[in-house]
Amino acid sequence: MYHYSDFDRDFLRERNAQFRAQVERRIDGSLTEDEFKPLRLMNGLYLQLHAYMLRVAIPYGTLNSMQMTTLADIADKWDKGYGHFTTRQNIQYNWPKLRDVPDMLDALGEVGMHAIQTSGNTIRNVTADHFAGAAADEIEDPRPVAELLRQWSTDHPEFQFLPRKFKIAVTGAPNDRAVTKAHDIGLRMVTKDGDAGFEVIVGGGLGRTPMVGKTLREFLPKADLLPYVEAIVSVYNLLGRRDNKYKARIKITVHENGLETIRDLVEDRFVLIQPEFSGVDQDWLAKIEAQFKAPEFIESSVAQFKATYHEDPVFRSWADTNLTAHRNPDYAIVSISLKAQGQTPGDATSDQMREMAKIAQEYGHDELRISHEQNVILPHVHKSHLPAIHARLKEHGLATANIGLISDIIACPGMDYCALATARSIPVAQQIATRFDELKLEHDIGALKIKISGCINACGHHHVGHIGILGLDRAGVENYQITLGGDGTETAAIGERAGPGFAYDEIVPAIERLIYAYLDLREDPDETFLQTYRRLGLAPFKAALYPEVKANAA
Amino acid sequence: MSKPFTPKVVTANALLEGDVIYLTEADTWSRKIGEAEVIEDAAHGDLRLLLAQSQPDQVVGAYLADVQITDDGPQPTHFREEFRTRGPSNYAHGKQVELS
Repeated sequence: MYHYSDFDRDFLRERNAQFRAQVERRIDGSLTEDEFKPLRLMNGLYLQLHAYMLRVAIPYGTLNSMQMTTLADIADKWDKGYGHFTTRQNIQYNWPKLRDVPDMLDALGEVGMHAIQTSGNTIRNVTADHFAGAAADEIEDPRPVAELLRQWSTDHPEFQFLPRKFKIAVTGAPNDRAVTKAHDIGLRMVTKDGDAGFEVIVGGGLGRTPMVGKTLREFLPKADLLPYVEAIVSVYNLLGRRDNKYKARIKITVHENGLETIRDLVEDRFVLIQPEFSGVDQDWLAKIEAQFKAPEFIESSVAQFKATYHEDPVFRSWADTNLTAHRNPDYAIVSISLKAQGQTPGDATSDQMREMAKIAQEYGHDELRISHEQNVILPHVHKSHLPAIHARLKEHGLATANIGLISDIIACPGMDYCALATARSIPVAQQIATRFDELKLEHDIGALKIKISGCINACGHHHVGHIGILGLDRAGVENYQITLGGDGTETAAIGERAGPGFAYDEIVPAIERLIYAYLDLREDPDETFLQTYRRLGLAPFKAALYPEVKANAA
Repeated sequence: MSKPFTPKVVTANALLEGDVIYLTEADTWSRKIGEAEVIEDAAHGDLRLLLAQSQPDQVVGAYLADVQITDDGPQPTHFREEFRTRGPSNYAHGKQVELS
């Protein structure tokens, strides 16, 4: 993985020193809140419902054990002993004090981490496939490109005051695990005549106007990536609307101007700026790529793994749901669920973070990942170590076997923390997970993604949930709208609204009716919820959600 | 005709801790909504809000929030303000433990 250069370290030290002085000037009254707010936001510091919140970037979701341990130490020293992993591969601390934040940033800087551009109208943390560099289906590891984009976009003088925030996601595999079609720019690696390049997708996004991204370029040679991305962002910087916050994202720019116009402008701009890059970006990329070399895989017998798999049903259940094929057949990708039924999705205690770091160090080539689905990944694990890892995870409440199942719910912090939220999401996720655990139906239901947002901004990705739940404030009461049939993968689709919303105490029973309807409607246990929905459409699910309407009509 | 004025309190977040705070009659800030000054008319509300906004060294984001009058003093009418009086629902953190 990437290691900071002296330049990176000096930059961060200077930036943190600047912020420390800004905090001091805010406290001594030299800066008003209006003056201070944009400065703190540039450094990831929000003021939320009950406290400040510090959002720390985990670039393309990649961490080593030392970084994870530092995140744990920060949680203990300056917060309440836990952290919340987000849908953009960040970690959020919910209870920092203003005076402590500069120290927190210095501690992060020690291990090559920061909170820069985790807020504001800038290019945000570049996200990537959480299985990058490990997945069996991958063309190439997309993280060197993501790191190049991170370095280019960090403090880029032209792009600090964009019309609105700007999110980029990269995947190196045909199976899209990075939700690239719901990003301002999505980069999907493809090959042409044996060479790797990118399909460039633009104008995707969720929020109040959800849109699936459109293909701007079918195939962009890898060497052209940085000038091309810069061309897109600079076209958007000029053309994007600044008169209306709700129409300022690039998805609206593309929608209002048309894909063809945007394409022409981008191609013109690209031709103009490409020579200025003079290959320096490719030199950087080559240096970055050298740091992302695959680990030296060990060779060892997998007999112990196979034996445990046959003897221990608990291990087998976990292995069946939480492991993904690695490109080395003797290895596995381990997904550690942060979704124990009844717990807060995406939260890990400092003890859990330290344990995951230790396991990564001992067995996982010192690598960890954070997924946009709010779980932690050990990307490179030799199968012989899986039984030992499982036992350790179990001791720390981390062995929940539910990846991709109904209790593996994405939920934003919602009104339990967020100042923008219109309703709570965490307790809804907790109750759904607990309910289906009680019913012992989880494994029978199979692959199902429930995603919950506590407001229209859709941090919980509800539009691309197979079942999406959106919490709203309807006349001073929490109300939950259900959308169905959303999909965040390469076959991306925006979910369809099922009908009127449900009150806080009605939402779990509504989901239960929906699931029982699916179990009745599916052709066989292999047909997933999404497949059944695509085969039958909204009608039978609507009937299950609103039985009284059906009764009245009859 | 404009809507009749409903009782309100001035609330904000403390600059250093970020805690939810309420303006009292004595011009001080309390962590407890029950100790807040209840504002009964719009003109007085404007004055009290101005006072809050003139203390940027202590508070951030002051605004008027609706309340109802109870035996325990003013209490929130909207669920968002109710959450602000106690903290998150997933952990025993914030005011629900710090004030007890």
